[in-house]
Amino acid sequence: MDSCPCIKNIILLDSEGNRVAVKYYSDEWPTNSAKEAFEKALFSKTQKTNARTEAEIAMFENHIIVYKFVQDLHFFVTGAEGENELILVTVLQGFFDAVGLLLRGNVDKKEALENLDLILLCLDEIVDGGVILETDANAIAGKVASHSVDAAAPLSEQTISQALATAREHLARSLLK
Amino acid sequence: MAQPLVKKDDDRDEEVEYSPFFGIEKGAVLQEARVFNDPQLDPQRCSQVITKLLYLLNQGEAFTKVEATEVFFSVTKLFQSKDLGLRRMVYVMIKELSPSADEVIMVTSSLMKDMTSKTDMYRANAIRVLCRITDGTLLTQIERYLKQAIVDKNPVVSSAALVSGIHLLQTNPEIVKRWSNEVQEAVQSRAALVQFHALALLHQIRQNDRLAVNKLVSSLTRGSVRSPLAQCLLIRYTSQVIRESANNTQTGDRPFYDFLEGCLRHKAEMVIFEAARAITELNGVTSRELTPAITVLQLFLSSSKPVLRFAAVRTLNKVAMTHPTAVTNCNIDMESLISDQNRSIATLAITTLLKTGNESSVDRLMKQITNFMSDIADEFKIVVVEAIRSLCLKFPLKHRSLMNFLSNILREEGGFEYKKAIVDSIVILIRDIPEAKETGLLHLCEFIEDCEFTYLSTQILHFLGIEGPKTSDPSKYIRYIYNRVHLENATVRAGAVSTLAKFGAMVDGLKPRIFVLLRRCLFDTDDEVRDRATLYLNTLGGDGAVVETGADVKEFLFGSLDIPLVNLENSLKNYEPSEKPFDINFVLKEVKTQPLAEKKAPGKKPTGLGAPPPGPPSTVDAYEKLLSSIPEFANFGKLFKSSAPVELTEAETEYAVNVVKHIFDSHVVFQYNCTNTIPEQLLENVTVLVDASEAEEFAEVASKPLRSLPYDSPGQTFVAFEKPEGVPSVGKFSNMLRFIVKEVDPSTGEAEDDGVEDEYQLEDLEVVAADYILKVGVSNFRNAWESMGSDFERVDEYGLGPRDSLAEAVNAVIDLLGMQPCEGTEVVSPNSRSHTCLLSGVYIGNVKVLVRLQFGLDGPKDVAMKLAVRSEDETVSDAIHEIVASG
Repeated sequence: MDSCPCIKNIILLDSEGNRVAVKYYSDEWPTNSAKEAFEKALFSKTQKTNARTEAEIAMFENHIIVYKFVQDLHFFVTGAEGENELILVTVLQGFFDAVGLLLRGNVDKKEALENLDLILLCLDEIVDGGVILETDANAIAGKVASHSVDAAAPLSEQTISQALATAREHLARSLLK
Repeated sequence: MAQPLVKKDDDRDEEVEYSPFFGIEKGAVLQEARVFNDPQLDPQRCSQVITKLLYLLNQGEAFTKVEATEVFFSVTKLFQSKDLGLRRMVYVMIKELSPSADEVIMVTSSLMKDMTSKTDMYRANAIRVLCRITDGTLLTQIERYLKQAIVDKNPVVSSAALVSGIHLLQTNPEIVKRWSNEVQEAVQSRAALVQFHALALLHQIRQNDRLAVNKLVSSLTRGSVRSPLAQCLLIRYTSQVIRESANNTQTGDRPFYDFLEGCLRHKAEMVIFEAARAITELNGVTSRELTPAITVLQLFLSSSKPVLRFAAVRTLNKVAMTHPTAVTNCNIDMESLISDQNRSIATLAITTLLKTGNESSVDRLMKQITNFMSDIADEFKIVVVEAIRSLCLKFPLKHRSLMNFLSNILREEGGFEYKKAIVDSIVILIRDIPEAKETGLLHLCEFIEDCEFTYLSTQILHFLGIEGPKTSDPSKYIRYIYNRVHLENATVRAGAVSTLAKFGAMVDGLKPRIFVLLRRCLFDTDDEVRDRATLYLNTLGGDGAVVETGADVKEFLFGSLDIPLVNLENSLKNYEPSEKPFDINFVLKEVKTQPLAEKKAPGKKPTGLGAPPPGPPSTVDAYEKLLSSIPEFANFGKLFKSSAPVELTEAETEYAVNVVKHIFDSHVVFQYNCTNTIPEQLLENVTVLVDASEAEEFAEVASKPLRSLPYDSPGQTFVAFEKPEGVPSVGKFSNMLRFIVKEVDPSTGEAEDDGVEDEYQLEDLEVVAADYILKVGVSNFRNAWESMGSDFERVDEYGLGPRDSLAEAVNAVIDLLGMQPCEGTEVVSPNSRSHTCLLSGVYIGNVKVLVRLQFGLDGPKDVAMKLAVRSEDETVSDAIHEIVASG
């Protein structure tokens, strides 16, 4: 049946295939070991490819997976075999750019773990139970950042105004392009 | 205290791998979570602790029921804090903990307060949390707020309510359906994503009302949909409408085609692609309709984005299967993709080219592929091999270059599956293209010279034995075959001996040489090899005289075994060494498992080496054949289900009886499979007397006695009952075997003329509800579940009482329902507190049934279960509940 585009999972791994943050929306992987096996296979299949400038894509165990790497972080989004690949990549790009905005351009594993709360909130804002909630990176980052207003919060040393400044800068850049 | 010292060293090593969560431990974090209970809350510290808890959950750490409950209660305390950031984390945490029903009550009021808050963020998130954890009863209380939220002027709040509606529609459709006015209003929203979510929900609400969907589509295709995602949805719904109306409009243009074509000029690539794909998938699409879609896909082929190239080439690959000529325009772009960095794209490009290529381009293409093969994975290579096989069948004149290609890649490195695909392809080409036979066989011979897979070697040897003798010069294969006898393991050696014998049987001129070779095999170290050599020497007349091979010998060598191996195995097991040799003619030729399907079907297309063994489904066919051959049962209609045999006697008794229950729409037939295990007896006129006094809805209508039951050759007797049509009647039957027994003289094997009537008590038999459900799996449960719709959904909760384990409870319910577990959900991970199991089946009357079982441990041992049933018929949904309720 034609239905709403469905995201099966969003996965963020480090350069050794370890979990940084993952969120599964499909019950195809009922146990943690099933999830880990999937991530491991996914990682080993994609690690040699170059997905740093443009998002890459692969077919894998009857799923479509789009992925993008930066520094020591590997971003993945999984959808059904018949899904529109460009919708999946829009979600991936939204997640990728939002994390970039929230981490103020310092996107690496260390920074991601230190701001894990932001990453988790980010995941929460992108997809709800498999349904795409928001794909615009500025909107996602805006929603996440506005939630951690407290400037002194140790897990995110920078204030919201700084985060939003970066967001604005990014927006300006994308407009000038 | 050596422990901390070691840890310090570790710390130093890991310095590069610094992580704020290094050395984190669940126990310690749970201790830390006590800060949630402090009267003076420190929001930052609490946020940190929640992050740590979420980190643990995210890493797959499981919380016990007690731990989860404890964390949940302390988290609820955090609603006192006014800190926005903390509240946000609290929401996420509650969702992750997925609290049980009685826990939900604890947070309901706090969440309801947030739901009516002035802060948009509170409203949006509280809605999402509450809808995630709530059950139907609470929903009616908050329905009013949800309806308001759908039309809230803040798009985030509106989206939150709509997306929650999409989820709730699965469990509480009747409530969500009442919101359609508000949802309809939201479809007109200016906010892009609100429009997307509203459209998705509105369509799901109306998806079973074809007219309403039609109206929705025609109004929206005229208007302006702003969000690209919503536009993609609209395209999907439109093609659905086109599909369903295709039968009505025989003449004129396809409705809505103009809309799809217009979408090809949309500014968002996602929409362009969705429309192009929709056009290529139209039923009976014409080449005129295809052209604009192919044109945009062709542009995508040269995009700098891999995802776009992949999407385009994947779609074109599919089009090439049905409309190869429409895709030929893209061939030049496609050829440049052979060297694409992304191997998936390259493989799809190659296989597309192989489908669209013409005879003249084959050689050029093969050259390009040869370079490409060395650096792709086996799974892609298999795809390429299969494409080449079909190309070769399409252009038989090109067999030489294609066969050469296959033999070249056969010699290169590769795994079993890949090699098997190549060998299968060569075999098929040999069978279908006579000119390719001799070269093909030689390629195979060369391959077994250096083949590491026993399975492939034996299969090829077998194939050589059949095809080799029919070639112009059979002698040239002998060397290859005999080399195997020297160099291989016992299995392959035995196969080679059989192959040699076949050459000997077919080609008289080779007989003397074959005899010499076979005689050498008599000194082999392996029993099987020696036995085979001895057998063949004897059957072929290896005493030196070259005589023409008899027809019965040929039949023995080349004929297929027309008895099921399982039966043969059983008979051999039952055979006790005695003076009387084992007689293969006594082996049951039918029933039980595989029937006559193995008999040579002349027109059957070979699918490669070693025809796939007929799977278990043939059991049903066998039963069906058997039953329809009995006139008394011929008018019972179609056989719905046959149970597995149920033993009615203990092992090692005089008479072994098992029964198979055959279920028809309004009849039940018991097939009693009887075996007489006493050599001195012959049973005649065997029947089973069935007492159905504990099965009120059943009435005996016919029985078919077994005329004679000699020692150790199973026979069947049948009893048929009538029952109410389409009703899953259950009952208990007691059985008595009645027969006339005659003494048999063991020396002559002849029975006496006079017999004595006798009876033998059998165990009782039950017809249960599960007998009326066929195990039929679905590949994608979620899709099946959603497309089934919730019209006839029935949900209820059951307490299963104390159980040994969750897994035991899950299996008990699966057995009770007799349905097929889907997606491996019958496996319960150890120590889990809850489990979801998905079942699928077909209920009597051919009604599809899907079941979602949610188990949870309630207390230390008690298991609670939520049962959601969807089917095409509400009485069936109810019936499933009844089975569970009474089971």
